[in-house]
Amino acid sequence: MAADPHTIAELARALRARETTAEAVVERCLQRIAERNGTLNAFITVFDAAAREEAREADRESAAGRHRGPLHGVPISLKDLFDVRGAATTAGSRVREDHVADADAPSVAALRGAGAIIIGKTNLHEFAFGTTNEDSAFGPARHPHDPSRSPGGSSGGSAAAVADGMCFASMGTDTGGSIRIPSAICGLVGLKPAVGELSTDGVVPLSTTLDHIGPICRSVEDAALLYDVLRGGRPRPEGKPIDPRALRLGIPRTYFMSLLDPQVASAFDAACVRLRDAGATLEDVSIPHAGDIAPIYLLIVLAEAAAYHAKTLERRPEDYTPNVRIRLEMGRYVLGEDYARALRGRELIRREVDAALEEIDGLFLPAVAIPAPKIGVAMVRVGSVEEPVRNVMLRCTQAFNVSGHPAISIPCGATADGLPVGAQIVGAYGDTPGLLRVARAVEAIVAERAAAHANYLGPGSSR
Amino acid sequence: MTVKAWLEMAIHDAERRGLPELKPLLEALAKATSALRTAEWNADATGDDLESRVPLDSARDRPIPESRNGR
Repeated sequence: MAADPHTIAELARALRARETTAEAVVERCLQRIAERNGTLNAFITVFDAAAREEAREADRESAAGRHRGPLHGVPISLKDLFDVRGAATTAGSRVREDHVADADAPSVAALRGAGAIIIGKTNLHEFAFGTTNEDSAFGPARHPHDPSRSPGGSSGGSAAAVADGMCFASMGTDTGGSIRIPSAICGLVGLKPAVGELSTDGVVPLSTTLDHIGPICRSVEDAALLYDVLRGGRPRPEGKPIDPRALRLGIPRTYFMSLLDPQVASAFDAACVRLRDAGATLEDVSIPHAGDIAPIYLLIVLAEAAAYHAKTLERRPEDYTPNVRIRLEMGRYVLGEDYARALRGRELIRREVDAALEEIDGLFLPAVAIPAPKIGVAMVRVGSVEEPVRNVMLRCTQAFNVSGHPAISIPCGATADGLPVGAQIVGAYGDTPGLLRVARAVEAIVAERAAAHANYLGPGSSR
Repeated sequence: MTVKAWLEMAIHDAERRGLPELKPLLEALAKATSALRTAEWNADATGDDLESRVPLDSARDRPIPESRNGR
């Protein structure tokens, strides 16, 4: 028998070849959850009985020659912002403790339609309003490599679950980096498609104009597969694989590279060397007003989040975790004229990212400026500068929520302690398929090193 | 309203509401707001602004393009 499948693509092949069964795969994931969730706190809800029954049904269908789609029999989890019919959508908050969804979110329905088995719902930073997953009514999710550290956020439980072998992929949301940040610091692939591409219906919002949904998984191939399912199975423009010697990437050094942990910088530089050795062209590009991105992002996210939460902040303030409550309250003081300025700045940033992408295949930069931070640490020193952990973690990702360009994080190395480091690739506006082709080419070059440090501990791992 | 006046009002209101812990966050928000207000790309009713040189047309209205690097 072949080695245990590591990716969805490998698992799908193994299931179709009858080398394994959905029931066996689901059972292993549930066993892993039973063994490790007490430590990692990755899952809020586990649909164990339903998952077992759906797996048996998937196997019966396979035996009868029926195949629902590319995710037939694949266990997938959901950040607990996605509605699942008959289940609570907690958003990691006591505010929603009485909520039960009456229908699947369209994205969840698409996953089920393609054969996915929804194995459970994962922990998150309350209402997705944070980068560490520390502030959750269910307690913090923890990093699989070192449980004293954060798996990132806000989709922290999702990344911990995938990295630890509790499921093969997880659906996350990304308002300022909440898919790419935990993916990067847990050694995974995280895709934020272009703005507006995938429906956010049935998903609890943070900031309606900045929110995106997307997959957290173990390869770019899996990200593409999930992206295709989520966009309704519509044909994706086919393109030839990109020859690394023809690959042209732009590095936006100013601002994005000015505040990096030395080990992150070292891993990223090593990835650049590998790309150049493979024949790729890397050149510096500029986003002239990058220094304005953080205030633009802040005012938009605060105002939009406050609008959604105003009623419950008045009626049930004690049901929020203290840190999230106080940040939501901050948003209630944003003035209309300043929100309008931020929206104008957003168009400027979008235009400047467009300009930076002219004549190249993608931007290439670190995904997160620091490795996984210790839980409970509010400030982090980077070089001679001490900054809030939240600001540092958002620094490389929030720009592309503001601009709406598609972006993906992929593993590119690790620190001396084995903590994963991620690189980020940003594609042309609206061109997620093109981004995925570029990411496949980059992954093929930098993945060898990343694989050696992969933080994957589940089925298919020798550790 | 100036940022200074806004900040004084906001802190006073937060204290009135029993949320004194908001003060440092509001001070950080005031810095972000000042940065936006002083940015060179702000609109100017005199027409003497960045937009008069390069219009900030809304990219949101653009159609999603076909894959650009589908080579």
